[in-house]
Amino acid sequence: MKFIPNSPIKEMMLKEIDLKNIEDLFSDIPKKIKINNLNLPNSLTQQETFEKLKELSSKNKSFNEMLIFLGGGIKPHFIPSVVKSITSRSEFFTAYTPYQSEASQGFLQAMFEYQSIIAEITGLDVANCSLYDGVTALSEAFLMCSRINKKKNFLIPNNISWEKKSVLSNYAKGPDIKINEINYDAKTGKVDIEDLKEKINKDISGVYVENPNFFGIFEDNINEINEIIKDSGALFVVGIDPLSLGVIKSPGDYGADISIGEGRSLGNPLNFGGSSLGIFSCKKEFLRQMPGRIIGMTKDKEGKQAFSMALQTREQHIRRGKATSNICTNEGLCALAAVTYLAWLGCKGFEDLSRINLENGQKLAKKITSINGFEKKFNSFHFNEFVIKYDGDIKTINKYLLRRNIQGGFLLEEFYPQMKNCMLFGTSELHNDIKFEKLISVLKEINNV
Amino acid sequence: MYKSASYDEPLLNKLAQLSDDKCDFVNNIPQTLKRNKKIKIPHLDETQIVRHFHRLSQMNYGIDSGMYPLGSCTMKYNPKICEEISSWSKFSGTHPFQDCSTIQGNLEIMFELERALCEITGMDFFSLQPAAGAHGEFLGMLITRAYHEKRKDFERNEVILSDTSHGTNPASVTMAGYKLIEIPSTDEGTVDLEMLKKALSTKTACFMHTNPNTLGIFEDEILKISDLVHKAGGLLYYDGANMNAIMGKARPGDMGFDIVHLNLHKTFSTPHGGGGPGSGPVGVKMKLEKFLPIPRICKDEKRYYLDYNAKDSIGKIKGFYGNFSVLLKAYTYITLMGKEGLKETSEIAVLNSNYMKEKILKSKLYELPFKKLRKHEFVLSCENLKQKKNIRAMDIAKRLMDYGLHPPTIYFPLIVKEALMIEPTESESKKDLDNYVDTLINIAKEDPEIIKNAPNNTPVKRVDDVGATKNPILTWDMI
Repeated sequence: MKFIPNSPIKEMMLKEIDLKNIEDLFSDIPKKIKINNLNLPNSLTQQETFEKLKELSSKNKSFNEMLIFLGGGIKPHFIPSVVKSITSRSEFFTAYTPYQSEASQGFLQAMFEYQSIIAEITGLDVANCSLYDGVTALSEAFLMCSRINKKKNFLIPNNISWEKKSVLSNYAKGPDIKINEINYDAKTGKVDIEDLKEKINKDISGVYVENPNFFGIFEDNINEINEIIKDSGALFVVGIDPLSLGVIKSPGDYGADISIGEGRSLGNPLNFGGSSLGIFSCKKEFLRQMPGRIIGMTKDKEGKQAFSMALQTREQHIRRGKATSNICTNEGLCALAAVTYLAWLGCKGFEDLSRINLENGQKLAKKITSINGFEKKFNSFHFNEFVIKYDGDIKTINKYLLRRNIQGGFLLEEFYPQMKNCMLFGTSELHNDIKFEKLISVLKEINNV
Repeated sequence: MYKSASYDEPLLNKLAQLSDDKCDFVNNIPQTLKRNKKIKIPHLDETQIVRHFHRLSQMNYGIDSGMYPLGSCTMKYNPKICEEISSWSKFSGTHPFQDCSTIQGNLEIMFELERALCEITGMDFFSLQPAAGAHGEFLGMLITRAYHEKRKDFERNEVILSDTSHGTNPASVTMAGYKLIEIPSTDEGTVDLEMLKKALSTKTACFMHTNPNTLGIFEDEILKISDLVHKAGGLLYYDGANMNAIMGKARPGDMGFDIVHLNLHKTFSTPHGGGGPGSGPVGVKMKLEKFLPIPRICKDEKRYYLDYNAKDSIGKIKGFYGNFSVLLKAYTYITLMGKEGLKETSEIAVLNSNYMKEKILKSKLYELPFKKLRKHEFVLSCENLKQKKNIRAMDIAKRLMDYGLHPPTIYFPLIVKEALMIEPTESESKKDLDNYVDTLINIAKEDPEIIKNAPNNTPVKRVDDVGATKNPILTWDMI
């Protein structure tokens, strides 16, 4: 049998330990629940498996076969071959969590480097070595706020994704944290400062603001927001798109206590939304309340530089029910991809990439709104995603585009009833004028039909 | 003798060349937002990057390097075909919000994987959303809460678990807001029914357990346990970390478990990635289906689709639909193995474990507390060696590395003194098992000084783990 080298010699091995047959090994399973077989297909050879999966894959279309203009916090990006080459080193990807430091120095050092770069780009002191994704990272952030200041109320703006709200409400159930929503300004899509002022008080544990938010918009009054939050004594949690940080101020620059974000765009494929990479960084003073694995630099017994998992006493494998989080498995390999990718880009490459994403966002919005019937829902400065409102039934647009092998934007009205006929477009460095023109010409066509 | 590659590999920021690139700031960015400091990301030429990470990889040990018998972690071989298929851009290049007609392959795979996991575990429905085992446990607790609340039973605020449970179990329980009741095991290493009876009450929301448990012992009273828990009005939760022991032999669903999580990165051979990404799907019995996260993967005559309409659903616990790349690898593995292969997997995993256990016990150098027959893993105690030679489980673990072997899990479960928790999996050959056994026996006979000073053949000598906590240096700016 495949991958089971002892299959052909099992009789001999049984004999060596004085057993007659395999069933002797399972004699402790009550007869009543013992089964003989699973009702599953028979095994396939590697060749047959390959063909079966090829057939299944042919029922998909990837971004290589169609133009994709979807927003929603995830977009295709260019991934240099070097990233895959490094993450395919099986010494890395077939290793477990680095419990045994001496056998894991390579991965530990890479994670230390990842933490260093994440701290740098988010402008905060320390980072952990990954959480599941940006969505759960937010949930962990506000559990952390509550541990720090023992308060049970949290404010989130309602210009974040419905997924984040749903996940948050689930993580809030255990500690019984109350989540209240701050409205966004209907014209600008930004946090309504007056509403924030009204809802904030000294009982608030933390406030979350996203920059850019789910509608792609930057909160340009972020300094004022920071002051309001700090005056109330609450902690300030900022959600970022790491790709914007080459040109946009970092959360640390404007006073954030904790920063979270989705890091998939740093060298990781779309993978239908998973795997993902939860980025998490914070101020040094809150370090001991940070969730997740953290790698530290230390020494070996001869004084040589070495790495090890640090602050393990906060973690479930030591603290059990009193741990800061239940996290065990994280997204280590995605963090390895991120650090490889960032080193490949360097400072200049990162800034360029950030700028191109920003410029493409502006460019595409301008092109689309130049067509009759399409307008920007919000008149604000945005990144590589933006909301377009159509003067008609927007669902017909995507159907039409699909027939021309283009995947249009994300239909917002299914999840945001107030956003009738609105679509969230997304672009990235993968798009250029030629690709934009393809979309624009079809959109114009629809208008003329 | 084994010798790991060892480099004094500098940190990335020390390797980077200084560059005089000027920042090319965009002009139309509002002043309050515009970044005005240069970011210090070290930039290396691709050649240097490759060498740097290549060297680091050579200072890391994976399952492809050798035997890795971490107890409860199921470090089995990760078939290369699964890696290749998951990297096809037809899969990896799909966006989660694409029109359903363009992602039929993905949806079919997820639908079929859910069905296969139901069959393997004896559950009725599965959700593939959780990103890890602990994440699945957390979802299980949310479902437990939703179930009791739906029945308007608001008193149930306790979750019972055994003193052999994985660390994530109690952590997930408290994270979900439940009070933790830990019950001690019997002298046999199994659940103490009397203690369980005492702990059960109208406050019991759930009993969470692993079967076989973390000692590798099958709970032969599982049907009684199930009966007791259900009569008290609680649910029974199955931590599937040890599922590699019983595929095709018994199913948690038939044992009476109401909720199950699996670790695809254990039993279903997807790689651990140095910590992740993993996947922790959760299966439930019919009565709990309506609480599963959205979206559900559905099928009608024409197509597969995502269904978001479920009024009793707990909502979401992760963005999108779970770690699809991991799901795809597990699906490929199940396709390859088929029903015979999965059964054979568990049979040989258990044979390998008992074979090693018997061989080691013959030496009389290590003890095996509790019952003798084990499943896929067993837990030795080095208490005798500690008493006689002052050698601890930690020392033995470190010395194993000198022989090119990855140590077992140590100091767990907590009820075994100086524990070595060994799970060889079905992937190892008899030769490899014999070698590991011989090495463990030899180490026990070695000069204690050598063992205390181990390891010597690794890139660094014994690492001061405590130092990393006492004086945390977590970024290169903190050095």
